[in-house]
Amino acid sequence: MRHTISVLVENKFGVLSRISGLFSGRGYNIESLSVGETIDPNISTMTIVTSGDDWIVEQINKQLNKLIDVIKVVDMTELDHVEREMVMIKVSPRQEDKAEVLRLAEIFRGRIVDSSPKTYTIEVTGNEKKIEAFVELLRPMGIKEFVRTGKIAIAREGVKKP
Amino acid sequence: MKMTGSEILLESLKKEGVKHLFGYPGGVVLNIFDLLHDEKELQLILTRHEQGAVHAADGYARATGKAGVALVTSGPGATNTVTGIATAAMDSIPLVVITGQVPTMLIGNDAFQEADIVGITRPCTKYNFLVKNVSDLALTIKEAFHIANTGRPGPVLIDLPKDVTTSKAEFHWPDHVKIRSYNPTYEGNKYMITQAAHMIAKAKKPLIIAGGGVISSDAAKELREFAEITGVPVTMTMMGLGGFPGSHKLSLGMLGMHGTYYANKAVQDSDLLIAIGMRFDDRVTGKIDAFAPNAKIIHIDIDPTSIRKNVRVDLPIVGDVKRVLTVMNKVIHDEVKEPWAEVRKAWTKQLDAWKKEHPMDYDRDADVIKPQYVIEKIHELTKGDAIIATEVGQNQMWAAQFYKYDKPRTWLSSGGLGTMGYGLPAAIGAQLAYPNKLVIDIAGDGSIQMNIQELATAVINKLPVKVAILNNRFLGMVRQWQELFFQERYSHTKLDETVPDFVKIAEAYSAVGLRATKKSEVVPVLKEAFAIKRPVFMDFVIDWTEKVYPMVPAGAAIDQMLFREQEVKKPEKKLKAVK
Repeated sequence: MRHTISVLVENKFGVLSRISGLFSGRGYNIESLSVGETIDPNISTMTIVTSGDDWIVEQINKQLNKLIDVIKVVDMTELDHVEREMVMIKVSPRQEDKAEVLRLAEIFRGRIVDSSPKTYTIEVTGNEKKIEAFVELLRPMGIKEFVRTGKIAIAREGVKKP
Repeated sequence: MKMTGSEILLESLKKEGVKHLFGYPGGVVLNIFDLLHDEKELQLILTRHEQGAVHAADGYARATGKAGVALVTSGPGATNTVTGIATAAMDSIPLVVITGQVPTMLIGNDAFQEADIVGITRPCTKYNFLVKNVSDLALTIKEAFHIANTGRPGPVLIDLPKDVTTSKAEFHWPDHVKIRSYNPTYEGNKYMITQAAHMIAKAKKPLIIAGGGVISSDAAKELREFAEITGVPVTMTMMGLGGFPGSHKLSLGMLGMHGTYYANKAVQDSDLLIAIGMRFDDRVTGKIDAFAPNAKIIHIDIDPTSIRKNVRVDLPIVGDVKRVLTVMNKVIHDEVKEPWAEVRKAWTKQLDAWKKEHPMDYDRDADVIKPQYVIEKIHELTKGDAIIATEVGQNQMWAAQFYKYDKPRTWLSSGGLGTMGYGLPAAIGAQLAYPNKLVIDIAGDGSIQMNIQELATAVINKLPVKVAILNNRFLGMVRQWQELFFQERYSHTKLDETVPDFVKIAEAYSAVGLRATKKSEVVPVLKEAFAIKRPVFMDFVIDWTEKVYPMVPAGAAIDQMLFREQEVKKPEKKLKAVK
């Protein structure tokens, strides 16, 4: 099963390598990873999407906790939480598809962040399903470039699964 | 007062109570070594290889319980420490390894003797540091020792660029250190401990498996009390030898691949395993699906990742073994009233029957020198009061099986990594810590050659280590596997005439060399060696056909053992194949 794990780490050099080294050294998957500073510049949050059975995920959580630079590990999958990722897609639609592209962008609450005579660059945020759906709809219009962030996640306040 | 980085380093080591370090000089650590030239309180032991320095620090740490310290140069000096560091990491041994590094402005430039040792050792250290600013140095050293010694111990590396050793800063030694992201759990959960006590009280066939954690948490006394008040028999992992007296009536000796028949049978038949400070290594469990099929498992360990890593656990207790057992003993004493002895009579009887069925034995009537005979005689002559280091392979297993370790920290052996070449430098480290103790390295003719240069270290520093080489002219353990599982195709394991004359080697290094080729010479050679106050190589020319038994083949359940008795008699000509 897939798990989204949020890891608070000391914002030191080499810490990303310690985390990624743990995953590669022990043969765990990383499906996506995103890192950023928190409000406290000494601390970063890493959001890691991984998969494995309960045994493996339990080990991943414990092994992460064991790393000296790790302050806190939260398996978001066990909590009610909000997940988001972002894509930026550059499409070069045919003249007759241009209106459809703009309409899709609007439906998905995307924003046009750049346009040229031949292309639009659309930014969309959302959960994985939304992003996937958007990409599928845009695909026939001619995707020229595509970049996607890793997932970030945050727990909903005060609601714990029983 | 401002001090240079080199001065801060040495001052910090003294503040940490370090007396000895092991090392090897080189370009970027010249400033530190220059200070050591006049140093009175710190003694640096010059080894002949950086790997030797780290193993010596490791042997020092295993024998004393205090972190061992090594100091080497950058580049090849640093990379040569990797095997030693990995050895310590696998066996949870506290080390602080200080490596020189090229000046900070050259880092990343592929400078002369530059290696990214922090990157290289990241997976095999508990933690590592690159010190970029001299004002961070004292705190870094404090943190390094703190991390190495606390929680589940392990090696820590400090990479020290040359410019940091020369630039100056005020020296502030922190009284204590707090790392917010590092908080090992020491106290076991009282509720869980009470639950465990009641499970033990009810068990009909309980068994303790004691591991290296008993030794690193200094809990031998508590374990003994625990076993004695509950009457539960104890088997030990290889790392746990000495954690419980090997000659105690409750001891079943070692378990696992080359464990005793009765220990392995007991595991498989037990209804309750109490695993203490051990991690269910594959050499212990054999085939994991078939391991202890009837047992509930209580697992006590300071490292949560050890729990439920390899086997299912019914009751985990995370905490320091010594503290958990102290509470456990009290709970058992105060609360548990079950009449154990009565309930477990059948279990004791069964264990006795297994002991009779397959005792630890070998061909005692043989004319040739049997390696087990040498080990037994070492035990007899030292009355079990020596510190034994080993290399890796058959020598190590025989030393584990036929010497009874009654005290902790008298058995120094590379368990997890299985590092050939560990024993001689480790023995040197232990001898330095205990100059008046008899320290013996039990070696093979293969593995002694992996760090044989350290004999020079022993000689020059007047460290009278004794090396008993069980010389079968083969890489014996691999040969054993080839004999049993590869149709006797001895691919690259026959050293034969290329084995050097160990007596001459010893003499070339100004040590003493002795040889025994007949059984009757074994005891005289041992006696002579133990009486000499200098390093001695003893070359025991043993029966090359001898194998380590019992043996659990790889992938089998641990009660599926091979025994000596099943061995088909070999034709005589094979025996003559080796002089």
